[in-house]
Amino acid sequence: MTAIEIRKLSYKYGIGTPFEISAVDDVNLTVQKGEFIGIIGHTGSGKSTLIQHLNGLLKPTEGEVIINEKNIWSKDVNIREIRFEVGLVFQYSEHQLFEETVHKDIAFGPKNIGLSDEEVDTRVRRAAEAMGVHESWLERSPFDLSGGQKRRVALAGVIAMQPQILVLDEPAAGLDPYGRDKVLSKIKEYHENSGITILLVSHSMEDIVKYADKVIVMNKGGVFLYEETDKVFSHAAGITQIGLDVPQITRMAALLKQKGIDIGEDIYTIERAKERILELIKRGESE
Amino acid sequence: MLKDITIGQFFPGESVIHRLDARFKIIFSVLAAAMLFTAQNFMGLGVAAVFIVMCYALSGIKFRMILKSLKPIIPLIIFTGILNLFFIKGEEILLEFWFVTVYVEGAKTSAFMMTRIITLIIGMSLLTYTTSPIMLTDAIESLLSPLKKVRFPVHELAMMMMIALRFIPLLIEETDKIIMAQKARGANLDAKGLVKKAKALIPILIPLFISAFKRANELALAMECRCYRGGEGRTRLKKLQSSVLDYLALGLVLCVFGIVIVNNFVFG
Repeated sequence: MTAIEIRKLSYKYGIGTPFEISAVDDVNLTVQKGEFIGIIGHTGSGKSTLIQHLNGLLKPTEGEVIINEKNIWSKDVNIREIRFEVGLVFQYSEHQLFEETVHKDIAFGPKNIGLSDEEVDTRVRRAAEAMGVHESWLERSPFDLSGGQKRRVALAGVIAMQPQILVLDEPAAGLDPYGRDKVLSKIKEYHENSGITILLVSHSMEDIVKYADKVIVMNKGGVFLYEETDKVFSHAAGITQIGLDVPQITRMAALLKQKGIDIGEDIYTIERAKERILELIKRGESE
Repeated sequence: MLKDITIGQFFPGESVIHRLDARFKIIFSVLAAAMLFTAQNFMGLGVAAVFIVMCYALSGIKFRMILKSLKPIIPLIIFTGILNLFFIKGEEILLEFWFVTVYVEGAKTSAFMMTRIITLIIGMSLLTYTTSPIMLTDAIESLLSPLKKVRFPVHELAMMMMIALRFIPLLIEETDKIIMAQKARGANLDAKGLVKKAKALIPILIPLFISAFKRANELALAMECRCYRGGEGRTRLKKLQSSVLDYLALGLVLCVFGIVIVNNFVFG
């Protein structure tokens, strides 16, 4: 089943002014249900613009966005309903917190759907648990929490709407390594438990390849590469050429290959590199 | 999008008008306004108007921008025009239909008033088109500095204006982001009814206030860290400097003012 289909999407900012800029240009994409997709690209490569189309915050200048087999800009679709189907978490999402208590803040989304109080409460508790928001925090003010904790509360606020597609824009930006790991691993965990489709935007190639099944590399408003994670770094040269980093371990594997030691092109985690190298050594010993 | 609003309508340039000292430009604007209000007849008004249009030609600002500056006050212009047209009584009747009579005097005053407002706005816009907001605040600070004698906090006022100007685009951007984030959570911003509308604003205003206070706090701290201690003894990166050009321009403006006054006496 396709969850997201994007056809010939283009978006321009400031149409009719001297500052007209094409942010996204002729993008075609298909995402299957349940996939975990990573999106990477430079600032200004169009990733943020692209994801704001997925829940109808931006209306395409040209092209179509089809979510769960519905064209979201056709007349019989209520755009607000789409926003409950596609949860979008912005960069520095803790800036959106506003309620007196954490519980009330997480409940904002579900309440907007128009659910009953009991249903809202169960969803809030479930989302809080999924994001590692401790129960004792629920009655505290969100402004008393630390940065990483606030971030997870904001994420829980979107997850509590139980969207079928979850889009996250840099959910780990500006957090310390501990907060970073915690947020990302909670997201991965939630993906595994719920089976929903997740799109994760990040600057960090390391984060993307660690969690995503497929990677979209964006460059200059277009899709530069859309490939399964295992195959992404067979295009390593192209990726470095557009100025993106490949993980350190991938670079090391490439250097080894130059020296005549081939451990494969799908090396992006230290664990895998270790396995392959040990394999090679074992084979060498047995020969 | 909110971002499309321009605050301060400065167009950078290298023209004579751009190069004039901002303090002089403020004085010229005041003089121009005074000129427009001293002019008693069309000829005086015409002289002032031609002078202002010539300044525009010198500044290299596009004609389209003049129209743009007039846009927000069109209702006011029309209102003044209509009021004068129908309510001023005279001797000669220009038009008469149903219960309305338009007198020649009414038509004349109406045209006179409309031209006066239009030239006034155009003249003031030239100041903001050719002077950067920072220069403008600097100039205001400098012009108000005599008030320091009566302990009026001139420097603090100018600093506040400058900071406000600097933060407006940031706050707009932030508002945009927060609106998007809350919309993504299903906030209904198009809700009908006053109470509902006000309620819909809460999720936007609270985060906005919080971030504004946070920014203010951080800025204050950063200023303190760099030993900011107010205006006393403070030097500037860009000092306002008057040149011969400014005095020549002042002479020219005073000349035109003189012509307008003389014209008043001669043609009444």
